[in-house]
Amino acid sequence: MTDLSTNSTLETTQPGEAQFGDYFALLKPRVMTLVVFTALVGLLAAPVPVHPFIGFCAILFIAVGGGASGALNMWWDADIDQVMKRTAKRPIPAGRVEPGEALGLGLALSAFSCVFLGLATNWLAGGLLAFTIFFYVVIYTMWLKRSTPQNIVIGGAAGAFPPMIGWAAATGSVGIEAVLMFCLTFMWTPPHFWALALFMRSDYDDAGVPMLTVTHGRRSTRVHILVYTVLLAALAIGTGFTSIGGPVYLAVAVVLNGLFLKGAWEIFRRDEDASEADNFKTEKAFFKLSLLYLFAHFGAILLEAGLARFGLGGWA
Amino acid sequence: MSISKQHDLHKRRFGRNVGVGLLLVSFIVIVFGMTMVKVTGGDISGALQGDRGEQDGG
Repeated sequence: MTDLSTNSTLETTQPGEAQFGDYFALLKPRVMTLVVFTALVGLLAAPVPVHPFIGFCAILFIAVGGGASGALNMWWDADIDQVMKRTAKRPIPAGRVEPGEALGLGLALSAFSCVFLGLATNWLAGGLLAFTIFFYVVIYTMWLKRSTPQNIVIGGAAGAFPPMIGWAAATGSVGIEAVLMFCLTFMWTPPHFWALALFMRSDYDDAGVPMLTVTHGRRSTRVHILVYTVLLAALAIGTGFTSIGGPVYLAVAVVLNGLFLKGAWEIFRRDEDASEADNFKTEKAFFKLSLLYLFAHFGAILLEAGLARFGLGGWA
Repeated sequence: MSISKQHDLHKRRFGRNVGVGLLLVSFIVIVFGMTMVKVTGGDISGALQGDRGEQDGG
């Protein structure tokens, strides 16, 4: 997942005097939209009906948990956020929020969200949310991000958990359908993020983050994008034949994976001169398409689940 | 004698305090709502009607 948010409206605020919006920005609201949407799909695609208010609370607590991990990520990464153009205006590097405040907010919201998700639904869901926060903050942010170029691949698991948590909140268990939704987001993350790394080229170099573009070179990154996109396409289209798929999902998956593969192939074929000549037009288009790709796939899963209530969805 | 002049700082803090206040009210509403759903097994209107029925029946 990526967070491209900047907070330009608060630039005039004096250092150390945070406004409510600054604390909200710590929760990475743009990332939260993806978390909310995929968790909602997991919850609604589950075969067990959930009371609407409990469902609302479950999504809210999952979102708060995701936001808490974002705050803890910003606390730990304040030093590299300061170096990267994309993140320099975040509340901590901009001096509007103290690092300790972000740490306190992140820890408090983590505990709150996990406990209340457990109380509202079940402790499997609460435990999965706690593990997700731990994975994102400790495994990805503190460990992998600065130590291996595979940071995005393994760290992407953190962003893949929300639909599984939504499913667990509804059913109290983790089924194969939840694992498929997890895998879809997990396999989608590397090509999505590496495309970003290709056109935000100096940011990661300056910050010393061992992105694939820095450690293995940009040619290797283009190869990696293509390989992961092929694997993702196989998984995404294959999911169409499972219980969460159906004709609508399959049609969406075939079209979007065709476009995604075309984009990955074009990225693979290009060299740096061609990319610089058109200011990374293809890479940027691929990145934008990747956002639509994930939302459309999960939207189609949701639609299939909705149609199933009227006896229309799926293959049955 | 006025204690202090209204400063821009107070305006900013007012906004922050309002935000925290709204969050606390939302928290109360959520806890109350969750309690009602859990206690009534999701059938809040049915539970309320049952209460009325008991009261009517003495």
